[in-house]
Amino acid sequence: MTDSAAIVRLAMEGDMTIYNATEQKHRLMASLDSCQELELDLGQVSEVDTAGFQLLILAKREALRHQKVLRIVAHSTPVSDLLDFYNKVAYFGDPVHLPARD
Amino acid sequence: MDELQQAFVQESNEQLEQFEATLRQLEQTPDDPEAVNSLFRHAHTIKGGAGVVECAFIVEFTHVVENLLDLLREGRLEVTPPLVSLMFACSDQIAALIEVFAAGEASPEPAQAEHGAELVRQLREFLPGNSQAESTPGGSVPAETTSPVESLGGAKVASDCWHISIRFAEHVLKNGMDPLSFLRYLATLGEVAHIETLSDGMPPAEAMDPECCYLGFEIDLRSHADKSAIEHVFQFVLDDCTLRILPPASKLEEYIQLIQELPEDTMRLGEILVKSGALTRQELEQGLRLQSQPHATGAAEESTAPPIGEILVERKNVHKDVVEAAASKQKQVSEKKALEAKLIRVQADKLDNLIDLVGELVIAGASGALMAQKTGQAHLVEAYSVISRLVEEIRNSALQLRMVQVGETFNRFHRVVRDLSRDMGKDVELVISGGETELDKSVVEKITDPLMHLVRNSMDHGIEPAEAREAKGKPAKGQVRFNAYHDSGSIVIEVMDDGAGLNKERILAKALERGVVAPNQQLSDSEIYKLVFEAGFSTAEKVTSVSGRGVGMDVVRRNIEALRGTVEVESSEDIGSTFRIRLPLTLAIIDGFQVGVGRASYIIPLDYVVECMELDTSETHGRDYLNLRGEVLPFLRLKDLFQSEASDARRQNIVVVQYAGQKAGLVVDHLLGEFQTVIKPLGQLFRNLRGIAGSTILGTGEVALILDVQSLVKVTAQQENFSQHAGLPALNTP
Repeated sequence: MTDSAAIVRLAMEGDMTIYNATEQKHRLMASLDSCQELELDLGQVSEVDTAGFQLLILAKREALRHQKVLRIVAHSTPVSDLLDFYNKVAYFGDPVHLPARD
Repeated sequence: MDELQQAFVQESNEQLEQFEATLRQLEQTPDDPEAVNSLFRHAHTIKGGAGVVECAFIVEFTHVVENLLDLLREGRLEVTPPLVSLMFACSDQIAALIEVFAAGEASPEPAQAEHGAELVRQLREFLPGNSQAESTPGGSVPAETTSPVESLGGAKVASDCWHISIRFAEHVLKNGMDPLSFLRYLATLGEVAHIETLSDGMPPAEAMDPECCYLGFEIDLRSHADKSAIEHVFQFVLDDCTLRILPPASKLEEYIQLIQELPEDTMRLGEILVKSGALTRQELEQGLRLQSQPHATGAAEESTAPPIGEILVERKNVHKDVVEAAASKQKQVSEKKALEAKLIRVQADKLDNLIDLVGELVIAGASGALMAQKTGQAHLVEAYSVISRLVEEIRNSALQLRMVQVGETFNRFHRVVRDLSRDMGKDVELVISGGETELDKSVVEKITDPLMHLVRNSMDHGIEPAEAREAKGKPAKGQVRFNAYHDSGSIVIEVMDDGAGLNKERILAKALERGVVAPNQQLSDSEIYKLVFEAGFSTAEKVTSVSGRGVGMDVVRRNIEALRGTVEVESSEDIGSTFRIRLPLTLAIIDGFQVGVGRASYIIPLDYVVECMELDTSETHGRDYLNLRGEVLPFLRLKDLFQSEASDARRQNIVVVQYAGQKAGLVVDHLLGEFQTVIKPLGQLFRNLRGIAGSTILGTGEVALILDVQSLVKVTAQQENFSQHAGLPALNTP
């Protein structure tokens, strides 16, 4: 723990779906293990499903459990839509920037 | 004050009103634990709100009150009359503190703070430790007995939503089914009022399989779909999920059953249901209490009651009658809740603005109709007649928006009557009927003072002491009644008492003494009763703190007349008196009588007009009064008053108006007939202008001034008193 970096930034790209959930879980957990504060950039996530959503919940829960900080610093529209639909925006507590819709 | 603070002030005042109402109830039934609970909740809400707006002095004071109520709630203190009185005093103090806060002061005045401190001292005296005798921990709480739980659990919850509770099996994702798509489809059936995603089933990170689904959902759906349609949504996953659907307004016990069947912690689920609006907090607490009762009584029940239920039971000291009271209370609560949901809070000025605009629309519509008439095109006229009708309807419903029920105002007097009867040592109850009668909000606000005077008057002069009542064969308990009803465009409010009635001889003697009536004047009963409204008139033999100083009744009359209303008295000896106030439904629109002077039009409020007649110039000889059937009628020539140009009218007319029993004539050129009109206030510039009450716009687009009959009558009266040659009275000096 002592040698873990203070802040790590992790950018997820492409899909966060069941097809790559296992791989992404490892990445998320590994990143979280390596730091005190994880900044998660979801700005480039093009698709997210319930499996992806579960990973975010898991990451947040683990972070809280270990008194670490998980911050989602950017939401893509699919991510913020999903968090909104599942009514979990408040759980993550990150500011969501609503992009102008076209 | 910002919006939050305003909301706090308003909400707290409402809470206080309910607080007092509950106190009154508690006074009647001191053993009602639900009333104590409700008191605690109100105090708690006020304290919470004060905390949010960071008003320390309200928090501090309310905190002490709340502490005491908490002890009551736990049964460690008993409800006693002194305690209830103290609570009333505390309620007043909180109201005063809220006022201080609303005025933007940082802290209350020293005197007020001292009063608060004194109350706190008194409150502390009730706390255990100071008086051991008062607190009877445990001992006095009746043992719990078996109760008919089934009948009570039948109460329905207030929610109007379907409640859907679903837990997905772990393999749904692997089977290629995403809960998300089902839920999105569900959302198309209606409006998702609330969705709560539960991830409690998710194992620790190491054991968590990212391809498994661990989620559950509690959903409140507002929809007209039926149960099978909702089930149909989940058709493809029915085997892979646990689905529970509760229809709107399900029975409370079904919810409680649901809570207990679900895997998650009972309290957490309960909280979720409360948060999502499916259950109110009372419903939850009551439900848990009910559910745990068979367990507590050791009934042979397989299911073990949840620990939290036991805690609730212990903490609340539930016993049989609590639950019974709660069942009836809960019904009230849910009804109130349902009512609240139908109400929208709107700023009063927005409403006024709307009414203003509608007023403009009425005027514009009238002018449009007039134009259409001039063109003579039948279809245009027809189109305008439809518009006019619609405008009329809009106007009526817009005015309806300002209507409020008079009952709320009436209810405040429970407290007044209670306090007064204690002060005077009389036993008087207030009975209210017709509380649902509606009238304009601005009128309601101004009616409180007159009502206060009438109630005090009735209680002080009207209702006799208990011994005197019994001697007359009346019930010892006196009664003051409020009644309200609609009567042809006006609202009638009656204040009745079953007291001694007005004493005609004494009134007449007093009137003679004061020179209000001449010794040989013949007066009818109603004329005699009317005398009590004269200034400085009091027949009370002794001046009490409450009334008898001779200012009340005349203020009542003037206040009511300022609202274009009237007040009358009926009385019969030893049966009681009735004061009947008659008020116009609204102040914004009046029935006017349109008259022409020169080329200008004026509106006289129709209520004041007594009669119209032709002015016979040969009879007046240039004087400003005439002989009207043997009475001297002073009159004003509007043409001179408003310095209109000479008219071409060959004949002049007199409109006889009456205000406060005084008659006067207004000389005009033309009588143009009745006219319903919207009163528009005059600008700031004309504030000091006397004789004009407002303006309105005629269908032709012309402005017509509305005459202020009250001040015109006064002017003529003065003119008559002084001399006739003085010419024009100075109208525009205040």
